Amino acid sequence: MANPSAVCNGHLHHHHQKQNNLLKSGIYKKNGITKGMKKNGTSNGTLYKKTSIEQFEQAPMYVAVLTFLGFGVGTIFGYLRDFMRAWGLEKRNIAEEREQQKDFVPLYQDFENFYTRNLYMRIRDNWNRPICSVPGPQFDLMERVTDDYNWTFRFTGRTIKNVINMGSYNYLGFAETDVNALKTVTRELQKYGTGICSTRQEMGTLDKHVELETLVATFLGVEDAMVFGMGFATNSMNIPALVGKGCLILSDELNHTSLVLGARLSGATIRIFKHNNMQSLEKLLRDAVIYGQPRSRRAWRKIIILVEGIYSMEGSIVRLPEIVSLKKKYKAYLYLDEAHSIGAVGATGRGVVEYFGMSPDDVDVLMGTFTKSFGAAGGYIAGKKDLVDFLRTHSHSAVYATSMCPPVAEQIIRAMKCLMGLDGTTQGLQRVRQLGKNTRYFRRRLHEMGFIIYGNDDSPVVPLLLYMPGKIGAFARRMLEKNIGVVVVGFPATPITESRARFCVSAAHTREMLDTVLNALDELGDFLHLKYSRYSKASHPELYEENRLEFED
Amino acid sequence: FFSHIDVHLELEERLAKFMRTEEAIIYSYGFATIASAIPAYSKRGDIVFVDEAACFAIQKGLQASRSNIKLFKHNDMSDLERLLKEQETEDQKNPRKARVTRRFIVVEGLYMNTGDVCPLPELIKLKYKYKVRIFLEESLSFGVLGEHGRGITEHFGINIDDIDLISANMENSLASIGGFCCGRSFIIDHQRLSGQGYCFSASLPPLLAAAAIEALNIMEDNPDIFQTLRAKCERIHKALHGVSGLKVVGESFSPSLHLQLEESSGSRENDVKLLQRVVDYCMNSGIALTQARYLEKEEKCLPPPSIRVVITVEQTEQELDKAASLLKEAAQSVLK
Repeated sequence: MANPSAVCNGHLHHHHQKQNNLLKSGIYKKNGITKGMKKNGTSNGTLYKKTSIEQFEQAPMYVAVLTFLGFGVGTIFGYLRDFMRAWGLEKRNIAEEREQQKDFVPLYQDFENFYTRNLYMRIRDNWNRPICSVPGPQFDLMERVTDDYNWTFRFTGRTIKNVINMGSYNYLGFAETDVNALKTVTRELQKYGTGICSTRQEMGTLDKHVELETLVATFLGVEDAMVFGMGFATNSMNIPALVGKGCLILSDELNHTSLVLGARLSGATIRIFKHNNMQSLEKLLRDAVIYGQPRSRRAWRKIIILVEGIYSMEGSIVRLPEIVSLKKKYKAYLYLDEAHSIGAVGATGRGVVEYFGMSPDDVDVLMGTFTKSFGAAGGYIAGKKDLVDFLRTHSHSAVYATSMCPPVAEQIIRAMKCLMGLDGTTQGLQRVRQLGKNTRYFRRRLHEMGFIIYGNDDSPVVPLLLYMPGKIGAFARRMLEKNIGVVVVGFPATPITESRARFCVSAAHTREMLDTVLNALDELGDFLHLKYSRYSKASHPELYEENRLEFED
Repeated sequence: FFSHIDVHLELEERLAKFMRTEEAIIYSYGFATIASAIPAYSKRGDIVFVDEAACFAIQKGLQASRSNIKLFKHNDMSDLERLLKEQETEDQKNPRKARVTRRFIVVEGLYMNTGDVCPLPELIKLKYKYKVRIFLEESLSFGVLGEHGRGITEHFGINIDDIDLISANMENSLASIGGFCCGRSFIIDHQRLSGQGYCFSASLPPLLAAAAIEALNIMEDNPDIFQTLRAKCERIHKALHGVSGLKVVGESFSPSLHLQLEESSGSRENDVKLLQRVVDYCMNSGIALTQARYLEKEEKCLPPPSIRVVITVEQTEQELDKAASLLKEAAQSVLK
């Protein structure tokens, strides 16, 4: 079975040996494809040019039971405390309505806030931690303490220095304060100032925007691009411009809120298919083409598929080749949101399109943000010239929202030039390679230790499953004590039983930093019993592997 | 997650102190501020009374909230009262439902589409009479109205706690990017978990937050710039009154006013073309102007085509006079 050796390739030449074996055996001659090792995959022989492993292991049953038990206990205590608060036995710490407005209709329903008041408040200190330095591979945290169990916080004035940052989306390490690197940005700041004070269509289009747009188009290999001031707003303001009533939107289960909001604001019909599940998508497409609109049975005006490049909560990569073949077969449009994947995957950092070796012409609307890999803010939409020209006149953002500010545009220009190699160095390519190396190393070590990790082996977003609500708080606090900053996520951003800690690997992390984090995780995993994986590998697989490969031949 | 930088905290504190409210929350994009604030409080089944001339961002926020929307005529308090009375009679038919439907009025301090102010004192009276909450959008009036630039509440001398939520964007007076909401902690804290543009989006680059803090410093150190601005607005307002063929729309102290055609030619396209010729003439002679742009199919109540004239405090009196005379010339040559 090829699975273990592919997952934990201890030494590099082992992996090469495996590839050589395949070459010799002639599989490569057929179409360059080997089997895709996905747990819920179908045989998709000729579409994938390389093996890509995604795993979503299920936890043992007792874990699910204990998780529910944990939430149950929390809820019971929540009711108890609410009862005591209503009867005045316990202090009310939450802010109250004004005296004069007591007889107004209450602004918040009591139940809406139940979760916030009772469960979230207990572990609230793990979120919204203020930092006081650039969010690079290490940063400084402001120390804050709470005297009344997280209802209010007080800053002690001290800072915790050099905390290893495993939470920021700093994939290529462009969040830096090196003066040389930021020379052009400071120059633009002095030339243009910060504010634009106008919309794109009125007075807000600067030459910087035009320069940036041509650069983005060249980077992605498309005809034209348009940039916007905010990533979230790019989705929520352009999807309504592209689709309207009488159109059908097929969106993935786990799409980001901005995509959901944009889809809802557009007024089109929305149907949801299971996450990365091509059978579900194909069934929906067939039904849409056969049955048409619900009441009138007319054909849909447009069918558009909304997917993301890398899903930030799961770490899975979209199955782009299959979706493109489906879209061509059923004549639908594809909208790809590469917020996390642009700059982070692909041999030269051009996103999932390059990762799968496809041409950018296959995707109708390429959307992405500059917040994650480029260390700036804003979003872009790229594609054919007709599409971008249409958006320039019809997008809500072009008419009503201010454009990107010049220093930020300059930062993106410099980062993109660095990635493309236009500034004369190979720094960009090095960053992408370093990110790939770091990702694979991190994931491999975590698998070896026996944690349950979701997602594709090439995605720099690594969710580590915690499951139980009590462990969320404990995990984050103890990691902070060891000077490592992590992000933990629970309900409602994830399903109720699948709370997780999410690591974001960056090109700026050195091997030592990753090793520190991994050692801390090892200790903590044993202490908190987090190593649920049933496929845990032994820590010294080399001897074992040598023998297995010989037998396979 | 780890994007709350100390500069943001400082900006939030400074804004809350400047506006004399308990708390403020920062968004990274002006459009998203009001478009996320409204759906955080008003859900399906709630009722919102909104002015007809509300800007597009408010309209999108209302659409995202899926509440019942009732439009009242621009600045017409009697129309609003009529709608409120109708709602009251509805409530009496179904008191249980009425006890859980929240009611809001959304108005702007200085309207972007028409350049006039909302009658805030009457609104406060209506608020207490009919038990409705007020959301005030102060994008244009923040830093413009009021003795110290605190906006329309200072202009009318109203206690700021009477307004439930004030939202403004920093892209106009503060020349930065982003927006903020301020009010009592009871209201603002809710947005930290449920404001979509806050939770699911990246935060403001520290560069822009620092720029906003610096702008606030300037505003606090030189309170006389507001007087100067107001004087310049009145000056240009008076100077533009005599322009033939174009009428001035907007209050005399509003720095952003509209010039509409006195007699429309009947079709919107022709109007737009005519105004564009005026704008081009001015551009060729050294005055940069623009037409006010709208998405014609998406607006609820489309304002007539107009030229947007905006004044800044740094323009000298000669420049203002020159601009006014050039506009007169342009209008005469094009519209005759």
